[in-house]
Amino acid sequence: MQSIPYQAPASVSEAVALLGSDAEARVLAGGTDLLVQVRGGVRKPSAWIDVKRIPDLLGVSVEGDSIRIGAATPAAVIFEHPELQRLVPGVAEATDLIGSTQIQGRATLGGNLCNASPAADTTPALIAVGAQCIVAGSGGEREIAVEAFATGPGQTALAQGELLVAVRIPKPAARTADAYLRLIPRTEMDIAVVGAGVALTLGDDGTCTQARVAIGAVAPTALLLEEAAAALVGSRVDDDALARVAAAATAAARPIDDKRGTIAYRRKVVGVLAKRAAAIAANRAQER
Amino acid sequence: MSERKFKQVGTRPIRHDGLEKVTGRANFGADYSLPGMLQGAVLRSPHAHAKIVSIDTSPALEVEGVKAVISGRDFPIPTREGDRQQYGDVPDLANNVIARDKVLYHGHAVAAVAATTIEAAQRGAEKIRVEYEVLPPVLDIESAIAPDAAILHDDLVCQGPAPVPSSPTNVARRTLLSGGDIEQGFADSDVVVEREFTTPMVHQGYIEPHATVVETLENGNVTIWCCTQGPFAVRGLTASVTGIELSKIKVIPSEIGGGFGGKTTIYLEPLAVELSRRSGRPVKLVMSREEVFRATGPTSAGRVRVKMGARKDGRLVAAEVVMYYEAGAFPGSPVGAGCMCALSAYCFDHFVIDGYDVVTTKPRVAAYRAPGAPIAAFGVEQVVDEVAERLGLDPIELRLLNAVQENDVAPYGPKYQAIGFRETLEEARKHPNYSATLGPNQGRGVASGFWFNAGLQSSASVHMNEDGTAIVTTGNPDIGGSRAAQAIMVAEELGIGAEQVVPLVGDTESAGYTDLTGGSRTAYATGMAIIEASQDIVRQLRERAAKIWGVELDGVAWEDGRAVPSNGAASDVEPLNLAEIAAQMGATGGPIVAQAAVSPPMAGPGFATHLCDVEVDQETGKVTVLRYTTVQDAGKAVHPSYVEGQMQGGAAQGIGWALNEEYIFDENGVVENPGFLDYRMPVASDLPMIDTVIVEVANPLHPYGVRGVGETPIVPPLACVANAVAAATGKRFTDLPISPPRVLAAIDGD
Ligand SMILES: Cc1cc2nc3c(=O)[nH]c(=O)nc-3n(C[C@H](O)[C@H](O)[C@H](O)COP(=O)(O)OP(=O)(O)OC[C@H]3O[C@@H](n4cnc5c(N)ncnc54)[C@H](O)[C@@H]3O)c2cc1C
Repeated sequence: MQSIPYQAPASVSEAVALLGSDAEARVLAGGTDLLVQVRGGVRKPSAWIDVKRIPDLLGVSVEGDSIRIGAATPAAVIFEHPELQRLVPGVAEATDLIGSTQIQGRATLGGNLCNASPAADTTPALIAVGAQCIVAGSGGEREIAVEAFATGPGQTALAQGELLVAVRIPKPAARTADAYLRLIPRTEMDIAVVGAGVALTLGDDGTCTQARVAIGAVAPTALLLEEAAAALVGSRVDDDALARVAAAATAAARPIDDKRGTIAYRRKVVGVLAKRAAAIAANRAQER
Repeated sequence: MSERKFKQVGTRPIRHDGLEKVTGRANFGADYSLPGMLQGAVLRSPHAHAKIVSIDTSPALEVEGVKAVISGRDFPIPTREGDRQQYGDVPDLANNVIARDKVLYHGHAVAAVAATTIEAAQRGAEKIRVEYEVLPPVLDIESAIAPDAAILHDDLVCQGPAPVPSSPTNVARRTLLSGGDIEQGFADSDVVVEREFTTPMVHQGYIEPHATVVETLENGNVTIWCCTQGPFAVRGLTASVTGIELSKIKVIPSEIGGGFGGKTTIYLEPLAVELSRRSGRPVKLVMSREEVFRATGPTSAGRVRVKMGARKDGRLVAAEVVMYYEAGAFPGSPVGAGCMCALSAYCFDHFVIDGYDVVTTKPRVAAYRAPGAPIAAFGVEQVVDEVAERLGLDPIELRLLNAVQENDVAPYGPKYQAIGFRETLEEARKHPNYSATLGPNQGRGVASGFWFNAGLQSSASVHMNEDGTAIVTTGNPDIGGSRAAQAIMVAEELGIGAEQVVPLVGDTESAGYTDLTGGSRTAYATGMAIIEASQDIVRQLRERAAKIWGVELDGVAWEDGRAVPSNGAASDVEPLNLAEIAAQMGATGGPIVAQAAVSPPMAGPGFATHLCDVEVDQETGKVTVLRYTTVQDAGKAVHPSYVEGQMQGGAAQGIGWALNEEYIFDENGVVENPGFLDYRMPVASDLPMIDTVIVEVANPLHPYGVRGVGETPIVPPLACVANAVAAATGKRFTDLPISPPRVLAAIDGD
């Protein structure tokens, strides 16, 4: 094995200082993306900066009007969190889809976002619920909306020396719920061919008053779809509205042909998943 | 024979190697290490088809830590006239192990390096300079057989019945089987169904990558540790490729993490031998998963056209099957076996089976569980299904109307002795899964399968310990629970418990010559040798008792693990149990040991019938397997759990092949999915519990009635799943895999 220096800072400021001093150092969270990349020769970091010892990056908490998930919190801790499951079931199910039981003990939310795969499962789910990334750098903290966080495959809005600290999700309003669906040819241990997350709010009469629709794996980054949301708002989330959501998602998708799926297939199925996720979210909201 | 009342056969003792396996103590190929051992790396071709103009290995030697570098030119020149072994053509094998003049697939080994660390070996390999003259890749059957195709082998002239081309081609062999009058047969038919099918290359997917450690001594002796299905094959083939005398090579098989036919040949061993000879140090070579995908296995891609005619009453009359199988870089696809199996489950008065072995610039195929048969069955069993549908007959009913039975003659020649095909169909029809209610978008499929099974050569030795327990040694690596079955057979004869027998996998110097663990032959053929040796032990035990009692041999009978006076003989003695006789070995004639060897020319064939229920998502095309049932004739299940395990494992692999597995090549012949993330084998959660029903129609060729069971279960699933999807969607899927994009396109009519 190669030998790569390893450091485990205990605070955000220490981590930021380490990152600032070495442009080739990499943050190591669960390592489920990074170790695979390093072993495959895709990345050659000069140092590991393990962030799993920084208290600010660990755990799920519900404070005031938001839910905070530390960036280094493993998937299993997230989707097993009862309050999170209740508040944002779509985010919980997206996290629960990652890998397998073994992977979920390691894979972190921050790693999923920072790896910036177009197919990352939590990204569309987080975009749908309007989540913000809390980022720390030498100049202090800033917030970036999740839809603006990934800028391309493997690229993020993080500047050199910046660290993702946490994700903040606004506590959903009354009669608001979310859902996330993905398509893989198998049942697990696969990469989303298509993913879709929807969050929506229903008025007292069952009319949708607010909606956010996000899709993954069909463009260089996950997309937030204004048109699909517009198809829902003002509707009773009936078949007609769902058909328009599907059409909007299909129209917005800009997928590629590769070993994981064809353009034609991804375009069709992203519509199917968007409408199914919207129907699930509406059912959940109805019950609230 | 079937009257025999078994005491041990048919029980389910805990497997003898279980503790080591579940606690991680068992040593697999990569687990061996020796003092001073070097690590090796293989340089592989970046092209699918190219001439090697020159290789300069010297820069690798300049890398610190590198101790030896070799290329194809460091091996003896393989000639086609040379040594032809039973495991295939040695020159082709040698050229596959390491390219000499030409590379024939992306990933073909061209050089190898041994160094003090794996990193140094890899750096050394990167430094080797190879100049290639790139040639056009030949990536499918159509382009391989086209008149203007690039020719892979200048000396390849097609073998087989005319008309075949006489100048060099990419068609290595034609196999033709026929009977009756095919035109008349179709003329006599009321319905004729004709379709063409394709299947992609798929890999065996064994979990353990190939690995070997080799030590060479100053006197030229070589010891090879490796994961293999056949240590004697490794010895013979390595001797041929390296030019080392066979008797100087000792092969010690490790535990084996799957093979499915893919570990019946050699890849790394000659390279490690040569690196070790040159460096004077032990050398270890371990493949990565990517290397396994690019340069080992797989089985053929196939194109199969089936035309079948039947009368209104459901009687099958005529069938014509034309099959092209890709062999990859060197001749030797399993098309011949495909021809033998294609129509062997049904009686056809008129048939033609025409098979072609085609070379392409892809990895050389290796055996994969019932090699060739699943590809043929994918076509034939779907057409049988469609004939049933056209005639309005239940698919099991139609099969029963036409199923072969004792005294029928298989298209490839032999007359069947007792076989259990009809019994599998009847059990399948009775199974609750055949009448379970189906919901919307769900469908049920049926398919059957045939595999001839192998006999070949086996030997076994049995030794008594002083305390009355026994050791049985064979040369068959335990790949599917064979140790437990072997112990049961000894226990059955000796009249003791299976846990009182230690089953050992010997090496090439401690076991007598034994062919591969493969061809579903181990429980059958090696089992025969074990039973014979055990019976010899029993005879010796009786002799010792006779001596102790002072009576003739026929005055002693063997019952329940004890010597007892036989009917009419002196009855004033106490029975002697095994432990008592064994304790007196020294005084009664010395150690009690026995050995036996067999070479049965034939084996009893295996038949299976499978049922599959699927649900198809009409909007995404995703197929979910709801229920899966395997019914198979095992002849006699020695250890039923391992028979069921074989049935389930074969079904799982076949379902994967049907639904998602495929090699994806780019236009340059590079495999795009050389890993388990994108080479989509089923994971546990993809499958329901696979139901098993063992049918036992005794095989008259075996003392217990055993037939091989390992391969038959992968024959039906491809067609079984396809038939179920056809029932659920109303669409026929003639191309594998039946993946979501393909299903959705068919549903939507694109
Ligand atoms: C078998 C397997 C199955 C998988 N299945 C799925 C799946 O179904 N869905 C899915 O979306 N993904 C899947 N993945 C990918 C991976 O598990 C996830 O992306 C996971 O969330 C990554 O988290 P990690 O903590 O392991 O990240 P790491 O590998 O530790 O890091 C990933 C990247 O993010 C950077 N990084 C991590 N944390 C921070 C931070 N706080 N600030 C700045 N940069 C940071 C790292 O430097 C690195 O570049 C799978 C992976 C494997 C091996």
